[in-house]
Amino acid sequence: MRLLTRVRDWLDERIHWADLIAPLKKKTVPAHGLSYWYFLGGITLFLFGIQVCTGILLLLYYRPGANEAFESVQYVMTRVQFGWLVRSIHSWAANLMILTAFAHMFSVIFFRAYRKPRELTWLSGMVLLFLALGFGFSGYLLPWNTLAFFATKVGTEITGQVPGIGHHLMVFLRGGEEVTGATLTRFFGFHVAVLPGLTTLFILIHLALVQYFGMSVPPGVEEHWKASPGEARQMKFFPNFFLRELMAWYIALGVLGALAAILPWELGTKADPFAPAPAGIRPEWYFMFMFQTLKKTPAKIAFLDGEVVGILLFGVAGLVWTLLPFFDQAGKGRGRKLFMGAAIFALVYIVAMTVYGCMAK
Amino acid sequence: MESKEAAMIQPTRRRLVQMVLGGGLFTSIISAIYPVLRYLIPPPVADLGGDEIVAAKVGDLKPNGSKIVRFGTRPALLLMTGEGEYRALSAVCTHLSCTVQYRNDLHQVWCACHNGMYDLNGRNISGPPPRPLEAYQVHVRSDEIVISRKREG
Repeated sequence: MRLLTRVRDWLDERIHWADLIAPLKKKTVPAHGLSYWYFLGGITLFLFGIQVCTGILLLLYYRPGANEAFESVQYVMTRVQFGWLVRSIHSWAANLMILTAFAHMFSVIFFRAYRKPRELTWLSGMVLLFLALGFGFSGYLLPWNTLAFFATKVGTEITGQVPGIGHHLMVFLRGGEEVTGATLTRFFGFHVAVLPGLTTLFILIHLALVQYFGMSVPPGVEEHWKASPGEARQMKFFPNFFLRELMAWYIALGVLGALAAILPWELGTKADPFAPAPAGIRPEWYFMFMFQTLKKTPAKIAFLDGEVVGILLFGVAGLVWTLLPFFDQAGKGRGRKLFMGAAIFALVYIVAMTVYGCMAK
Repeated sequence: MESKEAAMIQPTRRRLVQMVLGGGLFTSIISAIYPVLRYLIPPPVADLGGDEIVAAKVGDLKPNGSKIVRFGTRPALLLMTGEGEYRALSAVCTHLSCTVQYRNDLHQVWCACHNGMYDLNGRNISGPPPRPLEAYQVHVRSDEIVISRKREG
């Protein structure tokens, strides 16, 4: 302990440690009945940390390449001690991370936390969500199994349908006209270099903005606090909120460990580019609502290709969703109701289509 | 009296809570670190070469010729002396594990990395190598040259 104090004093003399952590000491979090929703972003960050650690571990044995990828993952899962666990945790944490990111996003929508001045926080968050989806899409292919091979074929084919730039985009993603070992090399590069770099940058921006503006208070609570200022409560970030967040992380770790150990992630069979697609080809569940919609879209809508219409609609919807803060007319009753209605519709649509897609054979 | 009792009990309760929480945290950390440490140890590579391999066919080597062959997971040096006798040695230099070669100009085994020199029996004769190269047995079975590890005793 005395050594610890001396190290702290030494640091303090040089970098004025006390000044650095002063803002942390002063930082507070609004305390109200809905404070629990504040944990979601932190849990997503925690799961990202798990992904970085387990991802680095997998890199010790993984070999990209159409002739080696499947075998190397198989090797990790059967020969390397606890390899099955590391891979299973990586797969499960990826899925849980997407889930908590979506939940975080919808909590921000329903509590209108994106409103002025936090539009940039929302935008950086949306970028992070798209990056997470990119992680999911690229990582899905890496074991080079049949399911992933055909899902990637379909996914990149859909990209190819985008009018104008579609074909070029598809060739860029695939590293050629077809999904081959070249695609695997690219996806590996995206997954372990490009996306982690961008994600780290945007996480820093996102967190800096959250620190700068502080936590948003839900409008209902805010009104109530304005009416009776005596009831406004704040919780110290350190240690009060921090320890609660740690508990949430610990629970997340428990859930993750249990899922990974009880339901280890499967590997499937090695991809064969010249074999017919087996029944039950599906994307990861978080792309399911789009996949299912496109599946149900008629081949022709008026004189247009149904697939293209569907893709364009999703593109527009994604763009509108990203720019939501700018459409939300603060203080206008009818606009607000319409807005919330649209958000609820989006949530119900995504959930319903995901469930429908997962149930459908 | 009661307050005194409370003062007695309080630290024990606190210590119990601290022990339970600290113990739980410690166990959690260990249960995360242990699999990771085990994961880091590479699984042993099966030595499929066994103790014996066919290194060459009769006639592959001329007198004063040599060849590096794979013996298990490591390279071995098969050479034919000027007198037409086969010799087989480990090709891993005993100094810093470079792969050695036969110098037919010197009639010696030479390691290019640090100028180590061995004679044709594998004895280290000059340069930094601290030990002789392991010598293997050579048999000729019909037209195959077979090298094998020397058995103890």
